[in-house]
Amino acid sequence: MDKTTGRLVLEPIIDNNPITLQILGICSALAVTTKLAPAITMSIALTAVIVSASVIISLIRHHMPSSIRIIIQMTIIASLVIIVDEVLKAFAYELSKQLSVFVGLIITNCIVLGRAEAFASKNPPWPTFLDALGHGIGYSVILISVAIIRELFGSGTLLGVQILPLVKEGGWYEPNGLMLLAPGAFFIIGLMIWGIRTWKPAQVEKPEYRINIVHRTESG
Amino acid sequence: MRADAPIQDNARIGGRFAKLKAIFALPNDDPRKTLAVAVALCLACSVVVSTTAVALRPLQERNAALALKEEIVRVSGLSTQGRSLDDAFEEIEVRVVELESGRFVDAEDPMTFSYREAAQDPDASTALGEHDLADIDRRPNRMPVYLVRRDGEVETIILPVYGAGLWSTMHGLLALAPDGRTAKALTFYEQRETAGLGSEVASDSWLSEWTGKVLLENGEPVIAVVKGSVDPASPNAEHRVDGLSGATLTSNGVTNLMQFWLGDRGYGPFLNRLTADRG
Repeated sequence: MDKTTGRLVLEPIIDNNPITLQILGICSALAVTTKLAPAITMSIALTAVIVSASVIISLIRHHMPSSIRIIIQMTIIASLVIIVDEVLKAFAYELSKQLSVFVGLIITNCIVLGRAEAFASKNPPWPTFLDALGHGIGYSVILISVAIIRELFGSGTLLGVQILPLVKEGGWYEPNGLMLLAPGAFFIIGLMIWGIRTWKPAQVEKPEYRINIVHRTESG
Repeated sequence: MRADAPIQDNARIGGRFAKLKAIFALPNDDPRKTLAVAVALCLACSVVVSTTAVALRPLQERNAALALKEEIVRVSGLSTQGRSLDDAFEEIEVRVVELESGRFVDAEDPMTFSYREAAQDPDASTALGEHDLADIDRRPNRMPVYLVRRDGEVETIILPVYGAGLWSTMHGLLALAPDGRTAKALTFYEQRETAGLGSEVASDSWLSEWTGKVLLENGEPVIAVVKGSVDPASPNAEHRVDGLSGATLTSNGVTNLMQFWLGDRGYGPFLNRLTADRG
């Protein structure tokens, strides 16, 4: 693997992560991470869609009229999402029922359209493939870590297997209900962003506004 | 003349092909090229999507049939503890009912009978016209029903029901007590209502409210989903169910499909006959 290849795949995993740095795709990161199994399925589905959509768009990039390029990209992404949905219904029926609406929402996931517009429509297929794969993995890493934390502390299980014995079943662990609610995911993602930016200060954005200390006149 | 024809055809096809090539060679901002790309893309996408849908249909149907079995067992209240789904399903008697007369018919194999296919078939269904409360256009003439018996006596009657919600046709199963008018359980196993609002129609917390509601009075359907919550002190509280907040049209859809399927054109005659038999 030469240097650029590695960079294209590895950079989106931590240094330029679509969720924690670009803050895209948060909606699905909140919605499908209460349990690990749907999070893994969602990760695979999104990676499959982003990789194939990006490569197809890259292949036809010289024939894309700029006036309808977003529509073309959306049509390709939407068709691929329908295919993924059909495949899930055929091979993972239970999961497809849990995920149904969120798989459909991959169409509007900013990460997919973002890569199509920013990278795939300007680069040849091979680098595009790597870039899309990197972003898919970057999304998956965050989704799966959030799901592990939420399922473990929210229900005491991982992939449905009991890890922490619950109090109501005679164990010692009192599940944290907050983990199962959407705000729980917000807190975890927020803490992750904080952690990553402490580790890699280069990701910290410059403040847009600065609060100035204003001198007050003493009025008694 | 005749011998020339294929050559001419070839030339014409070649000519068209060249024309197509010429269109794609145009600059990207030419309107003709924009149109050509749009048409080509739509054709390619529709072919790929429909091929996948058709190819995967048998597998999806098998999954759906299995899921339906699971729902029937769940709504029947039979336990699956320590036995397989199929073993539990064995205890359930599957029959086909002719809705008009309310009698069982043995002409169809109840295990393979599909009311969805029947609803599409003009010979096996009836157009509803102005009586189309549930907004389903045609009603199958026959419907499957599922009976759970204990010591020979019917303990639970399970009726498939369906009707239009806001976006989708909602398919569900209604379990009735042997009196034919008290709900034991309800489930909607297929719906595509608004996620988070209308989709609550399939949530356990809402469905559990149906248990114990009295759906019919003197053979007439009286059940309704109301807006807001039911006042337990009101005289007809047992005929009312809390509305789904933010999903009035889905709630109305449930009321309509209940009114339809429990009425004269639905299972009304069957329920009458079943309860009359018991004396």
